Amino acid sequence: MEKVIEVKRLFAGFDGIEILSDVSFSASKGEVTAIIGGSGSGKTTILKHLLGLYDIQRGSVSVLGQDLSLLTEKEMNNLYLQMGVFYQDGALLNSLTVAENIALPLQQQSNLPDNLIEEIVRMKLGLVNLEEAYRLYPSQLSGGMLKRAALARAIAMDPPLLFCDEPGAGLDPVSLESLDHLIINLKNLLGMSIVIITHEVSSILRIANHIVYLDKGVVVFEGSTAEAIDSEITELNDFFSAILNNPYKTSRS
Amino acid sequence: MKYSRINTPGKVLQSGTVSCRLQDSILVISGSLRISGSAGFVKTIIKEIAHIETNVTAINIDELEDIDSAGVITLFYLKEKLTRKSREISIEGGNSTIRKKISLFAPDTTKKEETPAKPGLAETIGTGAHRFFKEYVFGFTVLAADVFYWSVADLFRKKSRRKGEFSKQALKIGANAAMIVVFMSFAIGLVLAVQSGGQLRTFGANIYIVDLTVIAIMSQMGPLITAILVAGRSGSSIAAEIATMKVTSELDALKTMGLDPVRFVVVPKLYAALFTLPFLIILANVAGIAGGAVAAYYNLDITPEIFFNRMGSIMKNKDLLTGFVKSQVYASIIVLTGSFYGFSVERGAEGVGRVTTHAVVVAISLVVLADSAMGLIFY
Repeated sequence: MEKVIEVKRLFAGFDGIEILSDVSFSASKGEVTAIIGGSGSGKTTILKHLLGLYDIQRGSVSVLGQDLSLLTEKEMNNLYLQMGVFYQDGALLNSLTVAENIALPLQQQSNLPDNLIEEIVRMKLGLVNLEEAYRLYPSQLSGGMLKRAALARAIAMDPPLLFCDEPGAGLDPVSLESLDHLIINLKNLLGMSIVIITHEVSSILRIANHIVYLDKGVVVFEGSTAEAIDSEITELNDFFSAILNNPYKTSRS
Repeated sequence: MKYSRINTPGKVLQSGTVSCRLQDSILVISGSLRISGSAGFVKTIIKEIAHIETNVTAINIDELEDIDSAGVITLFYLKEKLTRKSREISIEGGNSTIRKKISLFAPDTTKKEETPAKPGLAETIGTGAHRFFKEYVFGFTVLAADVFYWSVADLFRKKSRRKGEFSKQALKIGANAAMIVVFMSFAIGLVLAVQSGGQLRTFGANIYIVDLTVIAIMSQMGPLITAILVAGRSGSSIAAEIATMKVTSELDALKTMGLDPVRFVVVPKLYAALFTLPFLIILANVAGIAGGAVAAYYNLDITPEIFFNRMGSIMKNKDLLTGFVKSQVYASIIVLTGSFYGFSVERGAEGVGRVTTHAVVVAISLVVLADSAMGLIFY
């Protein structure tokens, strides 16, 4: 299967502290890859490397077939056009309304007329059940609404590759489930490849095809979701057992 | 009627990866309708369709290979355009994936929000005036009353006062501003004396440079320069600090801890400003007069001894009192304006920048207005 992301022997450290140590994994086209792990395991550092926000110290990171360390600024900008990023805290521009935030990439990166852009914005807001926020400013939204608006902006251009940083954090279970269904739809219908960084085990079981488990900056598991659940790796078992052994949770069923 | 190529039987119109043709009364779209091709499709083909002669009954997408969300919206836009020309038309055909994408990305016309009507001139003026009085005049008055109440009440509640806060604020508002106040006042006193000296020398009235400098600096320039500098420096800082506290819910936290934000945040700043501004004005007066004395010595040959001897006869106690009254009024204006704008922040980080700018502009304007009013009162 075609790889959209390939990380090979990546090392990263800051101020003499090693964050990532010999990290290698890949993500395939049209799949949802979940990068999971405890706090401080290096998930966000990996994401920033995948987004080209950190310089690669050692190893290589390839996104959509392009080695990030070899790209010029212009080439990197062209690559960004094929990526959507859904930031944990939304990262919407506070000076613009929700609609203007979503319209921004469409206005800047396409030649679509304004009336079509407006329709696309309304449709994207409809996809995330946020039609009522069209004229609101980010500061007027609740945490969950902010996340949904951020997702609408991330998928504004139907990017072939979508990165989601903790998409479910702060959402109620119903909103989380509908967000998961939307992600599945985006994957199935648009063939979007999705990389998710998350702690939400229920989400992982619902949407992920491929799991990369990090512990203290090292990849301790990489494989399918079924393999992850059946794995005998202690750290991974602990991660899943926290929810799977909970009699009040039925997510696996 | 304008000629349209699409009316020619069998004619296929191509735009990027999309093409369409008219087959009997059905518009057949083929190719790939994606975001990159949608703009061109809209610009070229829809213009042609405006002059279509046949009554189109349906759009057929059997030959459409791929579509994305922008393509779906374009398809519905096209449908709407054609419906306006004839009657309700349908989108037919398409493989299962394309149909699923259409159902996922179809615009929801039932929920379309109506654009609010643009208000008329009278309504705009009325709304603006109402907002001005309600938010600014009334809001400012309420805050001023609140600050006045707490600043008096706090004098009698020594135990619950935050230790060290007054001296910290006095350092920030007063002591840290001393250097810039001295430097600016000296420069203005110097320039004022140099420029006036030329005129005075023409009339042989060199000695009057002392009168001019002392009166101008002590009654007007010293207090005004000080107030403008403090408004720019501390007024902005007060507004930004309170606005950030509001945005980050720190003010809510204070309230839920049973602490009044006005008392906790504003009152120490007001005390500090009321206390330090008179000293800053005295410094400004001294520096400004010193600047004038330097200019008088080099430009008009008036020795410092003559300058300061004459100065003693010009200075009046009233000038000192006026300066003190002005300092209290300016201090109140600067702290109240900064606090008012800080508390009125909206829209997160962007709002902080906006209220900070407003606080400085309004504080300086109010200081100048108050100075004019007091200039007439104490004349």
